[in-house]
Amino acid sequence: MTEATQTEAQAKDQVKDKKPAPKRVDPNAGKNVKIVKDATCTFCGCVCDDMELTVDLDEHRITKAKKACVLGRAWFYEHTVDTRPAVLIDGKEATFKEGVEAAAKILVDAKFPITYGMSDSTCESQRVTVDIMDTINGNVDTTTSVCHGPSGMAFQGVGESTATLGEVKNRADLVIYWGGNPAESHPRHFTRYAVTPKGMYIPNGKKDRTVVLVDVRRTPSTPVADIFMQVKPGKDFEVLWALRALVKGKKIANDIEKQTGVSREVLDDLVERMKNCQFGVLFFGMGLTMTRGRHFNSGALLSLAADLNEFTHFVAKPVRGHGNVTGADNVVSWQTGYPFGVNFNRGYPRFNPGEFTTTDLLSRGEADAAMIIASDPASNFPKAAIEHMKKIPIISLDTKDTITSSIAKVCFAVSTYGINTGGTVYRMDDVPITLRPAMESTYPGDQEVLEAIRDRVKKLLSGKKARVAA
Amino acid sequence: MAETMILVPGRSQSQGTSLNEGKLKDEYKKVTSTAELNERDMRRLKLKDGDKIKLKSDVGQTVVTCKSKKDADLPTGMIFIPYGPPSSELMASDTAGTGMPLSKHMEVKVTKVK
Repeated sequence: MTEATQTEAQAKDQVKDKKPAPKRVDPNAGKNVKIVKDATCTFCGCVCDDMELTVDLDEHRITKAKKACVLGRAWFYEHTVDTRPAVLIDGKEATFKEGVEAAAKILVDAKFPITYGMSDSTCESQRVTVDIMDTINGNVDTTTSVCHGPSGMAFQGVGESTATLGEVKNRADLVIYWGGNPAESHPRHFTRYAVTPKGMYIPNGKKDRTVVLVDVRRTPSTPVADIFMQVKPGKDFEVLWALRALVKGKKIANDIEKQTGVSREVLDDLVERMKNCQFGVLFFGMGLTMTRGRHFNSGALLSLAADLNEFTHFVAKPVRGHGNVTGADNVVSWQTGYPFGVNFNRGYPRFNPGEFTTTDLLSRGEADAAMIIASDPASNFPKAAIEHMKKIPIISLDTKDTITSSIAKVCFAVSTYGINTGGTVYRMDDVPITLRPAMESTYPGDQEVLEAIRDRVKKLLSGKKARVAA
Repeated sequence: MAETMILVPGRSQSQGTSLNEGKLKDEYKKVTSTAELNERDMRRLKLKDGDKIKLKSDVGQTVVTCKSKKDADLPTGMIFIPYGPPSSELMASDTAGTGMPLSKHMEVKVTKVK
């Protein structure tokens, strides 16, 4: 290379160096968008409140949900402007006032009105719902009864050694998931709260924790675990009871592996880990509550956590499903003294799972009217219950069409909590979180509908209490 | 001939995303009517992916599409299906005084639909 060409090349390089970096293209340029920071996803019980939402105000939809998991993205992207009528009575379009009038009449005229659902609804709406049922001496039940209802019974029986997810993040060095598949049902449970995040006393995140998964089958959650314990279907109680015995230094049956599918060595190893950790947590799912044993399974697990406090600090938390199912437990408890399955027929609240829980009331054909809020029992209840639902007047409040809304006598299309309406929800660890809605909806919120129904019900009763059962 | 197996309905990611689209939409119906079976069970029952099977419990029956899972991922004798109307068809209403019907580990008879 000659001196001249060398200089030319150097000059070119210099020009290249001075070339401004390519401008980042703003995907929102020219669009009418709004950014909502620290928004809350209310799809599952994780209630992650660190979302950054990009809202296209012209198209009236959320176009980006930063930090959302796959379920959260579906939640935010699929709740868009709907075109279905706001109110239907017997399948025909009606005004809001007509819908409220029809709903209030159904509730006041019924001998055994019930309400069910509420777990995808704000605490403020749940409070109004309890007020309505208290006024008409009806029955209050939530989706808890077919979720962690048995755990609710177990809490009353054996208590709960508890913690917030913040404590788990900062302190837990042994994390056990029993009967659940968070990778698919609560994807950020691992990454935001319990496995990978670095905490105050867990500086290296997952490296400082041991993760154990207990289930009847391998799931997408299994690779996250250091230890996978596969239990025979229906044998969780036996394994939990054996662990309790071993923790207390008692003998267990020699054929425990034959009975449960779990070897003595695996049980001994887990017992040592549980007794010697600094802070252990047992997260449990519906693999315990929906199977043979139900509340006994949850009770055995809660008792195991309590037993372990003789050696170290150990807590247990149910992994809750819908966004505000924990709020439903809290609100119904504040107002009636009981978390679900509460009946006002005698003018005061009575709690009796099996008697006042919705599956039973419908399957036995006892309820003669039902107000279903943000839930779809006509698709996920037993057949006998669904058949009875088809015979009684149903009032439905939901954001989308469901099988329940399709059989409802009065159907309200409502806006989505957390996306269109504000309010309070409880995370699965009983921490209340205030919602920051992203955009308005053409539909009213369920609180507005419920307040209108409540006011009309009270007017129809003219200040008198509804009938009281003998 | 019908074979008795244990049905485990549960949540899946595709069930979660499709229910946000809408429970009356095709995707949700497809997801909740696809059952996973152990590959060895499938071979024994002369089934291939996409075949229809009838699941029958003491209270009801439903027809679903089957899909094979590796031996390591699903034990033999077990069927997994995402929660939905087909799994509800098979659920008994007795809650044993708890409010919770047995929604997992249901005994079902499996037959190929020709």
